[in-house]
Amino acid sequence: MIPYLCSTEEEQKKMLAEIGAASLEDLFHSIPRELMTHTFPVLPPALREYELLREIRNIAGRNGISPKSVSFMGGGVYEHFIPSIVPALAGRAEFVTSYTPYHPEASQGNLQVFFEYQSLITRLLEMDISNASMYDVATALAEGVIMAAGQMSGRKRCLVAETMHPFYRDVLATYMKNFDLELVILKSTGGIVPLASLEKELDDQTVCAVYQHPNFLGCLENMNAASERIHASGALFLSVVDPISLGLLSPPGQYHADIAVAEGQCLGMPPWFGGETLGIFTCKKEFMRKMPGRLVGLTTDTRGKRGFVLTLQTREQHIRREKATSNICTNHALNAIKATIYLSAMGPSGMKEIAQTCYANAQYALSQIKQLGKYHIPFEGPVFKEFAVKARNGNVPELIQALAPKGFLVGPDLGAFLPEWKNCFLICTTEIRNRKEIDELVKALNALS
Amino acid sequence: MMQYEIPDDLLYAKTHEWARVDNLDVTLGITSYAVEQMDKEIVNIELPEKGRIVAKGESFGVVDSVKAAFDLYSPVNGEVTAVNKSILNQPEMVANAPYTEGWMIKIRMSNAHDLDDLMKSEKYKTFLESEEH
Repeated sequence: MIPYLCSTEEEQKKMLAEIGAASLEDLFHSIPRELMTHTFPVLPPALREYELLREIRNIAGRNGISPKSVSFMGGGVYEHFIPSIVPALAGRAEFVTSYTPYHPEASQGNLQVFFEYQSLITRLLEMDISNASMYDVATALAEGVIMAAGQMSGRKRCLVAETMHPFYRDVLATYMKNFDLELVILKSTGGIVPLASLEKELDDQTVCAVYQHPNFLGCLENMNAASERIHASGALFLSVVDPISLGLLSPPGQYHADIAVAEGQCLGMPPWFGGETLGIFTCKKEFMRKMPGRLVGLTTDTRGKRGFVLTLQTREQHIRREKATSNICTNHALNAIKATIYLSAMGPSGMKEIAQTCYANAQYALSQIKQLGKYHIPFEGPVFKEFAVKARNGNVPELIQALAPKGFLVGPDLGAFLPEWKNCFLICTTEIRNRKEIDELVKALNALS
Repeated sequence: MMQYEIPDDLLYAKTHEWARVDNLDVTLGITSYAVEQMDKEIVNIELPEKGRIVAKGESFGVVDSVKAAFDLYSPVNGEVTAVNKSILNQPEMVANAPYTEGWMIKIRMSNAHDLDDLMKSEKYKTFLESEEH
């Protein structure tokens, strides 16, 4: 029987004797008797480690998917390739157990990684500055809108593409509850936001416009044209991007986004539990002092040696308190470390190859599904790694359920988000899918209708 | 006690702002003591827009050193008539010339009696002595 706690009874007695307590109960003597409960729910007896593992496996086994399932699921969190070097290095105790590096003298290793993270991200997105990361894309977006609003005092309207992930919009709306800002949806047609939609709403009261590219439906928006119009009206342009797509698509720096955010989950994190997330946040130089989150800077120590520190800390709430640019005081730092290792391992050529493979796979899957004649592709425009498919004979939830035991995971059901998207679902082909798997999926889709 | 430059022709607040009075126009800045408290390293300044109405005792801006941020308080009620924008890009001007090129804002005050709470240079010097102990 292997105990879970590392102190023996002998050691506990010694510790109690050292502090002058007769028993463990003694440690709670300051709690008034009347507040102590003496009835506890009846718990089953403690399990041995192997019994516990068996119990957990049984519970996990109730998941509706088999280990052999092939994921074609899209919608914001994806199964991309994770090189072994990522968990091997990120799993090191020095990284896993470190706390926030506010003491630079004890955190040079961490700080260096975050500095490299910031550098790699600015290169990937071609933006001036990146912070040391945030929780996820939705909160990064909300922080970005708040920052934009702070720059445009007097203006109150925030335009948001209908084709952005509805969950990100929900989070944004939650944050906006405490700000005097109006969220205006830019209606979409054919899977993207037409310029007319944007032009209809752009005015001198607009703080910013937010577009996701590729969008929630997998389609590519016209970011150059949107950027031009938005800037002409004096508003700021916020883009939500897919980091993996940047091996192929123009990065936000090229279409002059003022603020660009992204979900970093696809850079070396698994899609478990809805994804370990990473909020990527970048912007133009001029917003440097208004940025939320941590910033790592390069400096020299008193001996003239290179060192790294958290810098521009007066933006943060431990100094500015209620006047801080944000009250974020932690982040998903370990995920930022994973992304840094991932990007270093891939390099520019790796990123290109991955993006091209995603694109090629999606094109192949699209053409094969079209050929079946039983499914309709509702949106005509170009896509990157995922696309919408319309089931001619309704019931998408049933279709998704029918494919799962066959080992194919597709979705999400787009109709659950917007009535206009009823009967549509997403299919996503990342670089780890191959021709055989796509052929089998198409066969299974064929068998269903 | 350290010798601070405290010009005789100005009025001073306990929060270390100075005021130069010209009828109803008041120019504000921060004293050399305040600058010294920030190790002479001023990295960022936030100032209000022209036209903003400020209340006596209300914060009209913020000045950042490397490690801390300090509110700037208006000693008078009034309207901001001028803002020294050149210090926004060169905050070191405040550290180098706090009473001249480092001026921050001008306010047209609504009530000259607001100034009654401010100290003349001698009183401020005494006040600083007590602050240092």
